[in-house]
Amino acid sequence: MGDFIARRPIWSFVILVAAALLLWLVFAVWTPEMEATFGRKRVFLSALFNGITLGALYFLVASGFTLIFGLMRNVNLAHGSLYLLGGYIGYSIGHLTGSWLVALIVAFIIVALAGILMQVLLFRWMEGQDLRQTLVTIALSIIVADLLLWNYGGDTYQVTTPEWLAGPVQLPFMVGLRSNGEAVMMTYPFVRIAILMGAIIVGVVMWLALNRTRIGMLVRAGVDDRDILSATGVRVQLIFVLVFAFGAGLAGLAGVVGGTFQSLQPGEDTKILLSSLVVVIVGGMGSIPGAAMGALIVGLAEQFGSVYMPTYAVMLTFIIMVAVLAIRPQGLAARR
Amino acid sequence: MAITDIRPIGQHAPPREGLGEVIARQGPAFWIVAALLLVMPLIATSFWLVQIIAYAMILGMIALSLMFLAGYGGIVSLVQMTVAAFAGYLVAIFGDSAIAQISLKWPWWAAVPVAVFIAMLFGTLSGALSVRTEGIYTIMITLAIASAFYYLCLQNYTIFNGFSGFNGITPPVFLGVDWGSNVPFYYLTLGCAALAYGAVIYVSRAPFGLALQGTRDNPRRMAALGFNVVAHRIAAYTFASVIAGFAGVLLVWYQRQVSPGTAGVGPVVDVLIIAVVGGMSRPIGPFIGALVYVLLRTFSLDLLEAVGLDGKRFQLLIGLGFLVIVLFSPDGLVGIWQRLRERYRRSRETQAAQMRIGGGTP
Repeated sequence: MGDFIARRPIWSFVILVAAALLLWLVFAVWTPEMEATFGRKRVFLSALFNGITLGALYFLVASGFTLIFGLMRNVNLAHGSLYLLGGYIGYSIGHLTGSWLVALIVAFIIVALAGILMQVLLFRWMEGQDLRQTLVTIALSIIVADLLLWNYGGDTYQVTTPEWLAGPVQLPFMVGLRSNGEAVMMTYPFVRIAILMGAIIVGVVMWLALNRTRIGMLVRAGVDDRDILSATGVRVQLIFVLVFAFGAGLAGLAGVVGGTFQSLQPGEDTKILLSSLVVVIVGGMGSIPGAAMGALIVGLAEQFGSVYMPTYAVMLTFIIMVAVLAIRPQGLAARR
Repeated sequence: MAITDIRPIGQHAPPREGLGEVIARQGPAFWIVAALLLVMPLIATSFWLVQIIAYAMILGMIALSLMFLAGYGGIVSLVQMTVAAFAGYLVAIFGDSAIAQISLKWPWWAAVPVAVFIAMLFGTLSGALSVRTEGIYTIMITLAIASAFYYLCLQNYTIFNGFSGFNGITPPVFLGVDWGSNVPFYYLTLGCAALAYGAVIYVSRAPFGLALQGTRDNPRRMAALGFNVVAHRIAAYTFASVIAGFAGVLLVWYQRQVSPGTAGVGPVVDVLIIAVVGGMSRPIGPFIGALVYVLLRTFSLDLLEAVGLDGKRFQLLIGLGFLVIVLFSPDGLVGIWQRLRERYRRSRETQAAQMRIGGGTP
């Protein structure tokens, strides 16, 4: 952090000013002129929070994607299908058992198993041939999408929110003042806050696991040079399988999460895949902090876009991507 | 970079030769197919002529532009279908369509070149954006550009007319011939496809094409030799975009309409599937892939119901077929054909050798 400030004083200043401005916008009482230009503060705040929680979902999906890419150079274009698969499994299990947590865990395990199968049966045999692996993932995504359509039909499903997560919660942010001077606090769905917390916990645990444990050390070494790593006697295939399982499992888990506060339907797989593509392109491929940064940017861009320029909301995301590519082709957080 | 392994190593282009020599060198298969395509209107019904063969040739042209990039440049771009759809949109916008408040009603000889030109600029620009990163990243970035275009078409109503797109686009009447009727349209697509095929073969043997193949095999060495690798790759995008642009014009004339669905993620991936299934090592591959794709797409309902499955599982069939091809023959159908021929030739040679040994001297 201090290193960054020393290297790029101007950028750090700009970022600090932007952060301060954002904090002021969040905490200040908006004057009527401001409400005239930006719309109501309630709208602004909910766009902000929706963007952050959407970013949390994107982070859950994209971190698995970027982990798999970073270690195995495998652009897994079936990642969106794993997400949708997890979501549908979560729906079915939740319907059967009535427990959201069980659904979450079972979806994680089953999709992780699917990931293990993919790695062991397919990708292991075409190591180093990135294009062929990508083509296989495209074929898989088509097959899985059609199988899911076959089984679940074209209807929209939603995973039931458990009771302990349902309902609104009051946040310590004012959205305005009543005429008698009393502050109106913002209320927000608790489930979204919980998801944000969950994503942050997953991110921190992942960061700790990658940077503080032996297996994380092996994974990082594999990202840098997997040939040397396997030459030192590490069973690199086992690490590949583990990482693939974990990345796939995260996608499945994100499917249940996404199915809870959004919906599940055919076509959702491509949408999520595209979002995670943009997230990792913006953040930098193979980097977990990059995935977090990219997810936050994309989530905020989508939400603010749909509030302030509804026609071109999706375009905004891609404009950001093009801008990042033009200025910093390796992504915001990549080392190279 | 592993992208190169889709093509057998050591295929050096022969030295340059004249058009006559190239034509004279073609084997009997080429002449049989050419003659068959020329007399096709006499033997085929109009359904086969337009719905199957002409459509396959149009899709084949789009896949050919991808094959040029991937086979000779090592660039797997998913933006080709988007370039084609963009050209189609531009024909509808500049030319005539049923959406009178947007279409400018230019004559076709003005609308088509301008449309292809702007589509070429778009293709070049997306190429310039994606060649900054390397290898497998390209596929992600071009996929993102393609879906950005899809969403733009879907949400913009002032230029692209949103969800419904444009309909009522008709091929022109020119030289007293209605190019929209079956037989002229067939010959129009045949002519364009043949031109594109010839152009790709010509460019692949021209100095530019050879340098491009050099950048595919070893970009670093080409850079050391003084070639501008990035410029060659961008120029490859430009050339491929012209082919895709013309194919897009034909596509919109064939379908008589263009909508965001033309450029959706499905068709974008389909073009890649067509090129891979056909084979990306030779320019004929995409056309074979397109023919197989169109045949499957048209007859999958009957085919699936004949074996007792649900007729709606067309995507499953395509996905499984694609998986099998990718797993067992990375060179696609052309690769299978070449391998069979090689085996046949080798067995003939060993036979001949055995006969020579057994026959003794006269």
